[in-house]
Amino acid sequence: MNWSDALIQMQYNLGAPQELSWLVQGITYFVGAFILANAALVLALVLIWITRKVISRIQDRIGPNRLGPFGLFQTIADAMKLLSKEDINPTSADTISYQIAPVLSVVGVIMALAVIPFGAGLIGADLNVGVLYLVALGSIGIMAALMAGWGSNNKYALLAGFRVVAQLLSYEIPMVLAMLAPVLLVNTMRMQELAQAQSLFIGPINLGIGWFVFLLPGAFLIYFISALAEGEQTPFDLLEAESELVAGFHIEYSGMKFAMFFLAQFLNSFFLGAIAVALFLGGWQGPFAGQIPLLGPIYFMAKTFFIYVVIQWIKGTFPRMRVDQMMQFAWKVLVPLVLTLILVQMVVMKLPLPGWINSLLVLVANIGVFIAVLNIMGSYFRREMVRTKRSFEPKSLIGTMQPVNTSSGD
Amino acid sequence: MLSQWGFVLILSAIAVIIPVAAVTLGHFLGPRRPDPIKNETYESGVETIGDTWVQFRAQYYLIGLIFLIFDVEVIFLFPIAIAYQDLSFFSVIAAVTFVLILILGLFLEWRKGALEWS
Repeated sequence: MNWSDALIQMQYNLGAPQELSWLVQGITYFVGAFILANAALVLALVLIWITRKVISRIQDRIGPNRLGPFGLFQTIADAMKLLSKEDINPTSADTISYQIAPVLSVVGVIMALAVIPFGAGLIGADLNVGVLYLVALGSIGIMAALMAGWGSNNKYALLAGFRVVAQLLSYEIPMVLAMLAPVLLVNTMRMQELAQAQSLFIGPINLGIGWFVFLLPGAFLIYFISALAEGEQTPFDLLEAESELVAGFHIEYSGMKFAMFFLAQFLNSFFLGAIAVALFLGGWQGPFAGQIPLLGPIYFMAKTFFIYVVIQWIKGTFPRMRVDQMMQFAWKVLVPLVLTLILVQMVVMKLPLPGWINSLLVLVANIGVFIAVLNIMGSYFRREMVRTKRSFEPKSLIGTMQPVNTSSGD
Repeated sequence: MLSQWGFVLILSAIAVIIPVAAVTLGHFLGPRRPDPIKNETYESGVETIGDTWVQFRAQYYLIGLIFLIFDVEVIFLFPIAIAYQDLSFFSVIAAVTFVLILILGLFLEWRKGALEWS
């Protein structure tokens, strides 16, 4: 049963007249959208707390622990502080794009909530172009970042704005192509049907672990790496490289406007995790999710928070990539590999072979891509580790040390 | 189906109202002490020299162009993916050729040095 049908039925039971059906539907959608949008704000508070706790533990600190149980209310206090800060508008800023940018960055992420399948029948709007809708909304964030960078009339902000656009555009191609792999398998763009297709039936019982990640590990890895870049997370957080760009494109913003960018960034990385869960990790599917409907949303949130914690783990442990290496990794590694993957999948799916052989061939291609991507990334980070160690050796400091290549590419 | 988009419309309205309300609230709740020096462009404590909106690297423009080509082609792939089960032999050949052209285009750009970032 869909949530909107249930809510409409409830209103009729309470005595709403049948001839006002448009009003009943409007009220239903308004209530649903209102709850969804406000849940996003509460979610952001929790996400910021999780980030701070995880990063603190990695760095052998305790993290926020004063306000409320486990420091849970720290984020609310921070929001209050930001609310009481002065709203500084630089005189030289381009007013229109400077003012619109923080609003626009939040609009994109909240609208993405509409097609996230939280459970069976628990999806805002099950659009027939669900995946495409998410791709389209991704561009709004890029636009907001560029508007902020350009409108601030600040050199750091503009540099960061250019970097954002170059990075997000480059990584959008492998991300969208990786999202194409499950769509090609199920032949639908509805998020709910994509989640539904990842069930595994043994007799009449749905085990709910036929996740696409087991069939398409290569596509999942490429999606995950691109999502790290799209969510502006380490190792791709060059746009806010503190040592060179001070803070990034939101350097001229203060108070609530700064908070909006902050909110958008945290929600964005959560949603990219949610899309990964819906497309590759079975969505709300799981053992006994079919029998007990309440388990669906719990599974979905548990998986998404797991992905989110993994993203923060990467944030706490990985070094930052250089701009040129990052761009080349997108165009010379991810895009060719994911295009090959799509091509193989298209050809294999039409081969006149039994279904399980087709699946096996797709799996083999995916595992090949998985290993290739991991190898290339691993060799890069190993090289970086050696370079860093060498520059700290005392002997190398006296004479033999080579000047570090500082060309960052801007 | 159309009513599903009604939900998206209402959600987009709320999505605009929430940040606008937050920013407006912050504007009125915070102190307001504008100062010519405070409102200057930030640049590590020194006065900014010259114009910000100057010429930038042509590389960004190239990346934008390549992205445009690829994104449009990727969007074309989605309808093909949806109808893939029902496609006839020749349509499959056409779709595969389309992806092959994409790959060849990428390698052409690679050879031409459009992907270099130096």
